[in-house]
Amino acid sequence: MIYSPKSISNAVQILQDDPDAQILSGGTDFMVEVNFGHRAPTSVLSLRAIKELCTWSQQDGVIRIGSALPYAQMETGPLAKLLPALAQAARTVGSPQIRAAGTLGGNLGTSSPAGDSLPVLYALDATIIIATATGERRMAVKDFMVGPKRNALSKGEIITAVELPASTGYQGYSKVGVRNAMVISIASACLVHNPIDRSVRLAMGTVGPTIIRASAAEKWLGEECDLASASSITPAICAEFGRRCGDESQPITDHRSTAEYRRHAVSVITSRLLERCAAS
Amino acid sequence: MSQMIKVAITVNGQHTTAMVEPRTLLVQYLRDNLNLTATNVGCDTSSCGACTVHLNGEAVKSCTILAVQADGENVTTVEGLANGNEMHPMQQAFMANHGLQCGYCTPGMVMAAISLVKDIPNPTEEDVRIGLEGNLCRCTGYHNIVQSVLAYAEGK
Amino acid sequence: MSVKTRTRRDILGTSALRPDAVPKVQGKFAFSSDLWAENMLWGATLRSPHAYARIVSIDTTAAWKIDGVECVLTHEDVPGKPTYGLIASDQPVLARDFVRYMGEPVVLVAGDHPETCRRALAAIKVEYEVLEPLVDPEKSIDLSVPPIHPDGNLIRRQQIIRGDQSLIGEVVVEGNYELGMQDQAFLGTEAALALPDPGGTGVELYVATQWLHEDRGQIAACLNLPEDKVRLVLGGVGGAFGAREDISLQVHSCLLALRTSRPVKMQYSRQESFFGHVHRHPARIWMRHHATKDGRLLRVEARVVMDGGAYASTSSAVLINAVTHVQGPYKCEHATVDGYAVRTNNPPCGAMRGFGVVQACFAHEGQMDKLALACGISPVDIRLINAMETGDRLITGQTILNSAPVAQCIRETAEIPMPPNMTNDTDVLAIPGGSGLTATPSKIRRGIGWGVSIKNLMYSEGFDDFSTARCTVEDGRVSLKFATSEVGQGFVTLAPQIARTVLGLDEVFIETIDTGIGSAGSTSASRQTWMSGGAVNGACKLVATNIIAEVAKMRGLDPSTLQIQGTDIVDLSGNAVESVVAATKGKRFSETYEFHHQPTGELDENGQGDCHTAFAFVAHRAVVDVDPDLGLVKVVQIATAQDVGRVLNPLSLLGQVEGGIAQGLGLAVMEEIIVENGRVRNPSFTDYLLPTALDAPDVIARYVEVPDPYAPLGAKGVGEPPCISVTPAIVAAIRDATGVDLLRVPVRPQDICL
Repeated sequence: MIYSPKSISNAVQILQDDPDAQILSGGTDFMVEVNFGHRAPTSVLSLRAIKELCTWSQQDGVIRIGSALPYAQMETGPLAKLLPALAQAARTVGSPQIRAAGTLGGNLGTSSPAGDSLPVLYALDATIIIATATGERRMAVKDFMVGPKRNALSKGEIITAVELPASTGYQGYSKVGVRNAMVISIASACLVHNPIDRSVRLAMGTVGPTIIRASAAEKWLGEECDLASASSITPAICAEFGRRCGDESQPITDHRSTAEYRRHAVSVITSRLLERCAAS
Repeated sequence: MSQMIKVAITVNGQHTTAMVEPRTLLVQYLRDNLNLTATNVGCDTSSCGACTVHLNGEAVKSCTILAVQADGENVTTVEGLANGNEMHPMQQAFMANHGLQCGYCTPGMVMAAISLVKDIPNPTEEDVRIGLEGNLCRCTGYHNIVQSVLAYAEGK
Repeated sequence: MSVKTRTRRDILGTSALRPDAVPKVQGKFAFSSDLWAENMLWGATLRSPHAYARIVSIDTTAAWKIDGVECVLTHEDVPGKPTYGLIASDQPVLARDFVRYMGEPVVLVAGDHPETCRRALAAIKVEYEVLEPLVDPEKSIDLSVPPIHPDGNLIRRQQIIRGDQSLIGEVVVEGNYELGMQDQAFLGTEAALALPDPGGTGVELYVATQWLHEDRGQIAACLNLPEDKVRLVLGGVGGAFGAREDISLQVHSCLLALRTSRPVKMQYSRQESFFGHVHRHPARIWMRHHATKDGRLLRVEARVVMDGGAYASTSSAVLINAVTHVQGPYKCEHATVDGYAVRTNNPPCGAMRGFGVVQACFAHEGQMDKLALACGISPVDIRLINAMETGDRLITGQTILNSAPVAQCIRETAEIPMPPNMTNDTDVLAIPGGSGLTATPSKIRRGIGWGVSIKNLMYSEGFDDFSTARCTVEDGRVSLKFATSEVGQGFVTLAPQIARTVLGLDEVFIETIDTGIGSAGSTSASRQTWMSGGAVNGACKLVATNIIAEVAKMRGLDPSTLQIQGTDIVDLSGNAVESVVAATKGKRFSETYEFHHQPTGELDENGQGDCHTAFAFVAHRAVVDVDPDLGLVKVVQIATAQDVGRVLNPLSLLGQVEGGIAQGLGLAVMEEIIVENGRVRNPSFTDYLLPTALDAPDVIARYVEVPDPYAPLGAKGVGEPPCISVTPAIVAAIRDATGVDLLRVPVRPQDICL
């Protein structure tokens, strides 16, 4: 069976009636599993026709992005100006065809630590909005992902949106891959500077079972510098910050890279992100 | 076999319909149900782009879409580009500039190229390379392909 | 009457368009994967999940019971020879007592739908006794483990001993080099359609292959059919690069078709394709070069170990190519070389573009750079000082008789302008790390590196890889018949160019490419322009002679006073007697020609002998930008001058050069099949990384045209050289940028920065 509901409430109702229906957003992860015969869905719930999932809005300093909005729409345009780090992350997703299909909801639903957008959501302390049978629940993204390809979504629930704060300080994203484009992350990171609450938040991807916030490095940085501005961040501080971020990573060795390289690479890119912040 | 679902998709301007399994990919629908075999499959991981078609005018990899998701939509494949006996100018550009060798990537490459020039009417070489990053070619090293697309854009 | 002077289109030397470009851009070209027949079944293969195991039992009962399953076959069902192979027949059609690599075929099924087949495969129970795989090639050499195959663990050893074995140079450099396993990664996976003859007396196979006649011989033997009962037709080929030289699904699809008396189609998925064909040999090469203090190469010592994987394929020939090319395109009098191709439980390896020379070249070019450094001269000068010339002897004792413009290739490459330096405006996608925004531009370092190579053309060691072509002219139209596999390289473009040029006729058709004529040999070893080009040229010339004879007879002229010029038959003063179209009106001429290259010989136990047919040369200069802290590389520009003999089709040639360079770039910085304890870890295009349009560098190509006296058209094969020395050039450039002594490809980020 294929369901193409036009509203969220409809979609939730469908999941009540057919709890095994596979929720499908852009399909870029899911189809690979179909191709390999790992999945043979008998019923599919497509989110494509639910208009409100494919839009974004801004209100009271909060940007709300529908879970089925394709990455192509985050790459450029007004949303990219509001969330430059997300735009940078979106640009690294697959290829143009994949960016036209892939979504935040898909990255969250799959919950791979290599999900390109996830470090941005972590660094911005995103809130995940989930439609349930009884209404809606909200949870912090850090509580959402619980392990590699595991998350807190229950049966019958649908990720509907992600809420992110509009921020005025520097934010940047970086991802290491062996190819210049269309490549799965070996290590990635997002850094967000908030001059108002004098903080820098740093999240790392592909270097642990989930996205990792470099909380200790963030705290150390806050103690070293007055983060009301980025001007007091010196090159030496950037290097030490990177080293500390590396210490907080928990990478593994697999066929894509080694734990040693991942730790090293994440140190380099986190240090460089802080340099960019200082220069901004 | 699981339950079959009826889909109706407009392909190259023709109304088509078939009963398919829910798991049927759009590319399988095109190749197996409609016998439109121009659209090739080169991988199973949405990597190679050989299966690129237009869905409502946008380039998509037809291996990342279920046939049922295209129900009621418009799909164009490379078979639908020609105007009668006259090839689409992008097809002519690939031919004239040796933008192909074995030709396996060509249908997807042509569809991706048309989509990119639609979005960027006067692309630079870099724009073309970015627009084709999702389409692998193992024969040409891409240069003659890039030249083909630039020649098309200039000749429009 | 004066000769018409219109410029003729699409003759030799022009960028004639591919005749198959029209169907290919329209999607009407039938690739093997597009084939379909009424009442057709699908075939599928159950493969070994283990690198090495004893088969205890195979139970296919449950698979037979599945609705839609028509046939389940094991080794017991192979009616003829139980094994196949290109040089040694050592690979089971279906595994019998042992599986020797992960992915080895064990059981075949035919069913009414691919999904039926998938379920049937899942229902088959194979009990294995898993054994410890042999994965270290050195253990195959030192005989420390029992043989994993009745033919033993050593496939071939070849030494080359020449000159003074105790010579020590004033300057001595040495290095240990290593290459990972590269995949050909053609885009159209293996596919075939087998059509059984009524009564099972024969079979017709439409298949994507590089060598129809060789396939036919191997298939017929396994099916226990006479060769004339096995007919092969070339199905549309989606790239090859060596991976279609061996049998993959050919015997399997025929077996299923004959057993079920129905057409059977087989097609591999990308994942299965990684297990379904041989790869480029991983190699470990030690070299020690001896030179005078001013950089003249005196002696090369080398030890070459190539991992052939579980079955021999072409390993013995790949080894010979490697050991006979260790000197590179350089004069060298003394040599001590020891080479081994061995069997392991790793995936089988065989032909891939460059065929053993890629491995040797990576090592000898690394050595030349070390030598340059040790002697205090530039990488260009060290290569110029030693550049080989016509008349020089190889370390095998063979004299180079071909044109050998090595120095000219180097000089012309050096003259190509350098790319502009990176600036603050440089697009982020053009710097290392690309869209990942990893780079800080001030930290990027640029490097320049060189690679020069020699490559043998055609087959070696006494093999007569002739080619056959038939030319028929009727009513002013030419039709050409040959069995030359068109895999994308463009022989279907070249053959009509030859016919137009020789015969003065514009309309040329190519008949079906099949086994209905003599062999053309393989589309490999950069040989078809020379060999099948020679055959087409020969057949067309015979027909031209017949046409002239006919005209002479009709007009009472001496045929020796006539020749074809442009589209006319002209006399000694150049006056047109008649157009060729008019002369062939209502007449038919047909001739078949077999082209053989000059014979070659065997190597003796000291590796001495005239074993190769001909040689081509090329130089590459790579410019790279490197992020040394992250180990990420962007190849900025490849400059190249290639010894091509004569340019026959400029755009087609450029396509070969640029395509080959992209493959060499892949080996340099990203492509590797990762095998751990016999298990392939990355059989997908997600994790086996091919260069994209954004990874392909700017290529500036020059052609050195010194017509080869032995080449029928003066032109050398151009397919392999582009991908050979570009790999060491890129690695040399990375070394130049970083100062890291990189000795292994692909270069991984951690090799640079950790």
